[in-house]
Order: sequence, then structure tokens, then C-alpha cells
Amino acid sequence: MTAIATPRVAPNTRVVRIIVIAFAAVLVYALILWRALLFAGELTAGNSLPGALFHVLTRFDATGNAFLPQAIQQTVNALSIGAIYALVALGYTLVYGIIELINFAHGDIYMLGAFASVVFLGGIMGQAAGVHDLLPLFLLLIGALAFTMPIIGLLNVGIERAVYRPLRNAPRLAPLITAIGVSFILQNVALTVAGSGDRKAPQIFPLEWQIPFGSASISVLSIVTFIVALVLMSTLQAFITRSRLGRAMRATAQDREASSLMGVDLNQTIALTFLIGGMLAGAAGVVWGLKFGYVKFDLGFNAGLKAFTAAVLGGIGNIGGAALGGFVIGFIENFASSLGFSRWSEFLVFMVLTFVLIFKPTGILGQASGDRA
Amino acid sequence: MSAGQRALRPRFERVRAGRSRIRDLSEQHRSATIFIGMLIVTLLMIYLPKYPPFNGILREQSWFDAFANAGVYVLLAMGLNVVVGLAGLLDLGYAAFFAIGAYTYAYSNSPYSGLDLPFLPMLVIGAAVAAVFGIALGAPTLRLRGDYLAIMTLGFGEIVPIVFLNLENWTQGTNGIGGIFRPEELPGIGRFGALTPFAYFILMAGIVTIAMVFLYRLQDSRVGRAWNAIREDELAAAANGINTVTTKLLAFALGATTAGLAGVFSASKLTIVSPDQFYFTVSFTVLAMVILGGMGNIWGVAAGAFVVFMIQTVALKQLNTIKEGFHLQPLDLGPIHWDLAKIDFTSYQFLLYGVALVAMMLLRPEGLFPSQRRRRELHIADEMLADHLVDEAPVVIDEAAVASSLGETPGADETFDGTTRGDEPGGDR
Amino acid sequence: MNAIDEAHVLLADQVTKRFGGLIAVNKIDFTIPTQSIVSLIGPNGAGKTTFFNIIAGIYDPTAGRIEFGGETKIARSKRAWLEPLLWLIVPAILAVITIVLGTSGAPETVIAIGLFVTIITLLAVLVTGVARPPWYQRMLTRAGIFRSARPNDMVVAGLGRTFQNIRLFANMTAMENVLVGMHARMKASWLDALLSTPADRREEVSARVRARELLELVGLKGVDDELAKNLPYGDQRRLEIARALASNPTLLLLDEPTAGMNPRETQQLTDLISRLRRDLGLTILLIEHDMRVVMGISDRVTVLDHGEKIAEGTPDEVRRDPKVIEAYLGAPAV
Repeated sequence: MTAIATPRVAPNTRVVRIIVIAFAAVLVYALILWRALLFAGELTAGNSLPGALFHVLTRFDATGNAFLPQAIQQTVNALSIGAIYALVALGYTLVYGIIELINFAHGDIYMLGAFASVVFLGGIMGQAAGVHDLLPLFLLLIGALAFTMPIIGLLNVGIERAVYRPLRNAPRLAPLITAIGVSFILQNVALTVAGSGDRKAPQIFPLEWQIPFGSASISVLSIVTFIVALVLMSTLQAFITRSRLGRAMRATAQDREASSLMGVDLNQTIALTFLIGGMLAGAAGVVWGLKFGYVKFDLGFNAGLKAFTAAVLGGIGNIGGAALGGFVIGFIENFASSLGFSRWSEFLVFMVLTFVLIFKPTGILGQASGDRA
Repeated sequence: MSAGQRALRPRFERVRAGRSRIRDLSEQHRSATIFIGMLIVTLLMIYLPKYPPFNGILREQSWFDAFANAGVYVLLAMGLNVVVGLAGLLDLGYAAFFAIGAYTYAYSNSPYSGLDLPFLPMLVIGAAVAAVFGIALGAPTLRLRGDYLAIMTLGFGEIVPIVFLNLENWTQGTNGIGGIFRPEELPGIGRFGALTPFAYFILMAGIVTIAMVFLYRLQDSRVGRAWNAIREDELAAAANGINTVTTKLLAFALGATTAGLAGVFSASKLTIVSPDQFYFTVSFTVLAMVILGGMGNIWGVAAGAFVVFMIQTVALKQLNTIKEGFHLQPLDLGPIHWDLAKIDFTSYQFLLYGVALVAMMLLRPEGLFPSQRRRRELHIADEMLADHLVDEAPVVIDEAAVASSLGETPGADETFDGTTRGDEPGGDR
Repeated sequence: MNAIDEAHVLLADQVTKRFGGLIAVNKIDFTIPTQSIVSLIGPNGAGKTTFFNIIAGIYDPTAGRIEFGGETKIARSKRAWLEPLLWLIVPAILAVITIVLGTSGAPETVIAIGLFVTIITLLAVLVTGVARPPWYQRMLTRAGIFRSARPNDMVVAGLGRTFQNIRLFANMTAMENVLVGMHARMKASWLDALLSTPADRREEVSARVRARELLELVGLKGVDDELAKNLPYGDQRRLEIARALASNPTLLLLDEPTAGMNPRETQQLTDLISRLRRDLGLTILLIEHDMRVVMGISDRVTVLDHGEKIAEGTPDEVRRDPKVIEAYLGAPAV
């Protein structure tokens, strides 16, 4: 039994608290990244290990500060990557919270969202590059989201209805295996239709829009991505805590039988959960296409894995945990790629996960159950 | 029971009685049964490829090659079965241990490392190294809840090939380690060669047989019961004196050992190891084999793995050949242009796995060959008990008679039908 | 272990359990005299099963301790943080030696061996720490670290228990259920099973003989091969008791053993419990709601309400205690 966390403090105070802590965390990250970049730079320039370490703590002159803009740029980048992971992680955690299923197919739903967005934007714009006029750009973005999110959401609901609902009372392994099967089916459908290579995605958001910052620049797209994700997550939070259906979702997550006895329509609630999860994944897919410019049949698997790790890291079943986990994973990945060892990012993520689970087996924000058996 | 009662039993039960007499014999001498069974199967595999239609599909040596490769997966499936089917632990990264065994052998027997160590000890060492990693992974993670364990094993399964890929100075990265030395010849059978895989096949048949004997013994022992108990109800298991952590760790370690063993064999046969041989698709394939074959049932899982592998390597290629015979024209459906002649069935294998798994879970979740409850060993012990009990309770004798004249039990999940068997003290078999 | 302790099988000293804001069990002192039958009663939610679970090792108490067989077995963890450090001592020493060897120019093979030994030792220590064999627990106590016994440790120490909602292994046969109960007392390791040694085979046979005896003791004849889930309810309760007896306990914890039984079955079970004490010399702790059972066989009754002990004594004393009447009926007795 898992619980979607409900506030024990007055909501406004809590929100303020969260914002302050988040802001502080981001600043701390930027700081650490800056010094780490300096460290790496010193090492490649030939300094010794102790020497480089020393400089990290003491060097604040022009050479040291040279890395600051890059650090800031990467931090903003990390926020946007983290936002994508958070959106996908939320889908995992919502579904897990309500039916205790690890939906392995969720990452592939996200992949299909990216493809759907490509179809939409490609259909309208061809392979045109950035749209520079604000109004058409805005309309296109909204259009892409409005097109993709419902389709993917409904697809998710359809999968649940067809494949997971019959297994709702089966032993845990059955729906899990089925989810893996669905994941493979989705991947192979995409593979068959779109081929195995990268397919170009129209990057209608102009990549040239950058805010210069010393020697580096902050990508406006990253900021927009972050804001879009934030808006979606806040909407979700408001919906969960304040609406009737959201309350039904929370109740069902806590105690399925009791809620159905109280008159909650179980099928509808679960379908709604999948719908929301799918919509969030679809939105994440749109963002991916805009940011990276390509889609591929297996992009869901890797990203899904990381997003699921994020959900577990934050405490599976916990909405805030999923968002937190998503950002943590995004930041870890960004740290690895900023310093040039991006191929070790998955290793790093796994190490962090192991570390967290050893000391807090229920995840960062997860609820411990009090017994030891 | 009286002759009168016996006479009243419906005919079909008496017909089934004959079959279960063989079953009785097989229960009492299980190891012998396994040896004889595997001998028959192996002989079939040796001789059938010589005859139509088999000799038309593949050359004889190619069949042996396929059998040997299938054997690797059979071994993997049997090992994963211990973890997932017997102990009930969800391991989604099983291929990691396979990789560890394979790379261990690669280090011990290749021009890259300059070593050339004897094969049989390396089988043991490779398995042991994998076991060590199994213990290293299991010790901190087995106390986690099932879903968290799943993600940890999945993560481990992801990062092991990544580590092998990235540590280029030690592993040659994507190129892998090639030119691995094959073992010396198998006395009386032949050399281990690329064109003469017969020795590999026979060796694998031997390994699988021994593994089966060991696994059945474990399943019907104190440890096997502990695994079952943990799988059914972990809290109750602990409340009955089972150290759940060490018991789960043992299952995990044994699974890793088996995978390591399979890895050594695979490396010695393919003569090359590279990270792309060990990605999640391999873990998934083995898991699919275990599920499809019938989780928990040792021979079922082996049969399932064999069948799935043969379908994947032989049948799909055959479908391609058959399709070519049809000379299909491209399909034009509006904007979609689908060149049917270009369909390659082998690339659909994962799609088929996915569909098969989903269908299996919805229609027959216990697998193709669901596990019998381990009542056979109870029957053997009853015979032994009869010798030990001073006053032979009629119950014992009746059980034996009843058990042998009643038929086979139904699948694992079917409920007891009280009507036909409620009278006999021994109950159903 | 002095003379006073020997009279008690179990001693609970100021045991408290808090779940977040809820105090489930509040400073309970409790003893169980040897070979007695003690009943624990109280309204629903009084904390009886929680207390049971603490004794059985499922929960760690927030405060207080449980002494069983003369040793403190269950209490709040003390200096648990020290344990991982303890693990790292030997591997750290080995690592330091290896590093020293490495920097001082020892041959490569020696360094490799050193590294190998360090890693293997680290693993061995980790596994030991996780498995917690008895000698390791003794070592911990001597180092001043205390970790409560886990449920399986309590079984080894001589505790057997049944559950309020029957927790048999539903898809295993009655015989197999009892054999699992014997797990802690059987010596065969997985290696013995693998090699099918004569010792292993002998143990399996004698285990089955004993299991059958136990089944007959609780009144289950001829159902060895029945799946536990197919047995009638009363038989399932008996099977659970047989399984609990399989580990040769000194103390048996029965959680509502007669729940859901008709009067005849209840009487049979009550007789069984008396026989267990008389013939096997067991000490029995009972949670019960059926007052006929409680009054009928208990030597002593303890009453809990809202997590606290409100009365204790012989059945008659407790029956007349005004606090008990109030707790059950909600009004002071006139």
C-alpha cells in the first residue's frame, strides 16, 4: 500500500518552502559544477591532482571564473532534462501508486509521443527549421501539445483496458511481464514503421535564441521546456489535491477496496490515471523532439529506464518524489556530460540509486512502513 | 481399499493408472530418470537431423550448432528459474552474470590477455566469479521490496555491459575480445571446432543433465521448501525460522553461478565476447523463456527455452525461405507502400516475443508446462517411511496404492475436486 | 541465569511501541511463568497483536526490552550506526596493506593478490553482516551494539507462533507446511541436498516421520498430501499449530486460535492446548476473544486496553475487576 503524499503544513507555506529549497539546490549545483569544470580543466592542462584540488578551493581569478558561464548554461540545461525525466517519472509513479504495477511500457509511450509530435509538426511545417515569429511559434507549440497529449493519453488508456485490466487481480508478476511484452511490441511497431535509424524531428523552436552570458549562453528553449514542465506538474498537483477525481485517485492509491466501497468507480479512476500519465509522457515526447531534433524507436527504453529509476529514487508512489527524482537524475546526467564522461552517466545513476536504497530503502521521499520483516 | 471400491472407479482412472506407474518409478529414482530421459533426447537430437524433413532444413552440423547454442539458453533459463520461479525474486538483469562468466573466460583464454588456461577448471572459475558478483549484488539489495529489487537488478543488468563497453583499455570496448581459444578435444567425441560443433553439443547435453539433477535435488530439499515458503509468504517463512536473507541470497548466487557457467561455454564456442551480446534483450529473452516454459518447473523451463530458441533461429529463417518462394508483390494502401518481399521474419522476433508474452499472461499465465507440486518426493519418502514405522499405519499403504491408481494431478492452480477423491485417506496425488 | 529467571520463559520490561503519532503499546511489563498458559485479552485495537509481533521479532520496540530464555532478545537498536564501521575494519586494514605494498614497489602479482583478498574479505564481511549468524550477533553484543533478534532468530531461540489470519503456505501440502516449520531444526545444507548425501536423506525421512507424528498430535490424520488451501477451516488452524510445533518451541504464541470456530471445535482446540502444555511441557501465550476458552484453561489473564495493561491475575480475579468490565462494556460496574 502506497500513499500519495498530502500536505501536513499549510499549502502556501509548503510551496514557498519548496521553491526556496529548490532554488538553493540549483545554486549549489551550479557552484559545484563550476568548480568541477575548473578541476577538470586544470587536470587536462597538466596540473597534478593535489594542485588541481587546491585550485578548486582557492582560485577565483579570471581563469577560474572562465568556467562560470558554462556552469550556468549547463545548469539551465540540466533543469530542462530533469523536467523531461520528471514528466515521464510522474507517469510511472501515478500508475504504480494506484495499481502497484511497474509500467515498463511507459517509456515507449513517451517515445510514441515524440513520434506523434514529429508527425504533427512535420505535417504542418515540413522539415522547416526554427519559426521566428512569436505567435505562430506559440500556436504551433500549443498545437503540438494539444495533438500529442490526448492521443498518447488515450493510447495509454486503451492499453490499460486491453491488457492490464484483465490482470488486475493476478499475482504481481503477471502484469509486470505483460508490461514488458507491451513495451517490446510498441518498440517493434515503431521499428517496423519508422525504421531503425534516427528520424529527423522538426525543431521549430529556434535554437539560435540564446541569452548570452559571458563566454556561454543560456538556451531559451531550455527555459521554455522547464516552464512547460513546471506548469504541467503544478496543474497535476492542483488537480490531485483539489478536484473530486483527484481525491478519488488518492483514495484509490491508499486503499483500493475502501474507495470502491465509498463509491469510487475503480475502472474510471484507473483509466484516468493512465490518461494523465500518458498525457504527461506525450508532452515530454513533444519537448524531446523540439530539443534534440531526432526520434528513434528505442529512445523510450533508455529514457524510460532512467525515469523509472527517478521515480524509485524519489519514492515510488510519491508524486513529489517522482518530480524530485526526475530532476536528480537529470542533474546527474548533466554533470556527467558537462565533464565529458557522459558514457558513464548510467553507471553514475545506478550508483546513486544503490546508495539511496541502501540507506533509505523506500526512496528519498518514500514512506517507511515501520516493520522489519 | 477394497476390490469393490476399486471396481467402482470410473474407467478413465484405471487407464490413467498405467501411466502413473511409470511416474511412480520415475519418482523413486529421479536421477536415473533424468539421465535416461536426457539420453533419449540427446540420441534423438543426434539422429533426427539425418532424416527428412530435418536434413532439408539444415545441414547436420548446423543442427548440432543450433542445439549447442540452444543449450546455452536452456542453462540460462534453468538458472533464472531458480531465482524467479523457485524463490520468487524478480531479476531483470540476469544477462549481467552471463556476461561476467563470458568475459572471465575471455580473459583466461585469448591472445588479448596472452593466457591459455585449461577449459574445465575455467568452467568452475567462471561460474565462481559470477557467483561472487551475484552475492555482491544480492547482499545489500535482497532485503528490498520486490519492485525495488527489480529495478536494482535491471540497473545492474544495464551497467555491466556498459562497464565492459567503456573500459576500453581492459576490454577493447565495442570490438570485444576475439580469437578466444577453444577447449581441447572431447575424448572419444571429437574436436571443438567451428565446423565441427558436435563436441560442443555433447558437452552441453552433459552439462544440462548434471544441472537438472542438481536442480531437482535442490528443489525437493529443505532449501527448496524454504524458497517455496518465501515465495508464498515471506513473513510466515521468517516466522517459521527461515533466514530469508541468506536463503534468497543462495538462490541469487546459484542463479548467477549457472549464468556464469553458460557464459564460459558461450565464450568458448563463439570465440568472441562483446558488450552487445549482453544487453537487456538477452535478459528479457531468458525471462520470456522461463515464463513461457512454466515458471518453477525445471524441465518445463528447459523445454520452453529450447523450443523458443529453435523457433527463433530455425523457424523464423524457414519462414523467410518459404516467403521467398511466394514472390510477393509490394502492397500499396494509399500513402503506405509496404514492400512485402522485404519482410524479414527474424527481425520480428522481439515483436513475437512481446505478443507471445502478453497472450500467455492473459490466457495461460502458468506457462506451457506448469510445475507439478513436489509431491513426487513425498511419495518416495512414503515408501521409505513404511520401512521405518514400527506399526505400519494403513494410511501409508493405502496412499501408495491410491496414489498409483489415481491419475496425474492437474496444473498447479486447479482446485481440488473433492468428489472423486474425498474418500481415500491419501487424498489426491 | 538465576533462579528467578528460570521461573519465567519470557519477560517484557516497559515495552513501548509508537507508530508515528500513535502509541500502540505503552510501557507494558509482562512475564510468562514457565509451563503456564497465559491469556492476553482486551478490546479490539488494544495492542495485543502488536505486542505479539514485538515478541516475535517483527517490530522493534520504541522503548523497553524483551527477555527470552534468559537473554535480552528484543529492544531498541543501540549504536546501530557502529555496525557498518565494524564491517569495514578488516577490509580497510587489508586495503591499506595493499596500498602500502603497491606504492613501495612490490611485484604486480603481490598487489593483485592483495587487491583480490581485500575485495573477497569485504564481500565476506558484507554477507556475514547481512546474514547475521548467531556468533556474529554475540560479537556485536560484546562490541556494545545491540540489534533485535529477527523473527527467524526468535524461532531458533525457541519461539513458535500462529497468526490471527491464518498464514499457511496455501499452495504447499500439509506435510510440506510442517516440514517448513522444522526448517530451523534441520541441519542439512544446500550442499548436502545437492550431493544427496546419506545424512541428508536420513534427515529427510526422519523429518517426515516426525511431521506425521505432529500432524497426528493435532488431530490431522491422512491429509499429508492435501494442499493447505483445500483443508477445512478448523483443520487449517490445527495445521498452523502443528507447523509452529515443528520447531520444538519452548514458548508457543497463539493468536486467536479459536476464531471462527463453533463450540465443539472450540472445545477440541482448548483440549489440544491443554494437552500441549501437559504432554510437551510447553508454555503458551494466547490472544483470545472467546471468554470460555480464556476462563477455561488460563492460569493467568492479562488485560490490555489502549496499549496499556489494566488488569492481571487469575481468570476469576480479572472477571470481577471493575476496570476490565468498564473496558469491555464501557460503563463503570454498579
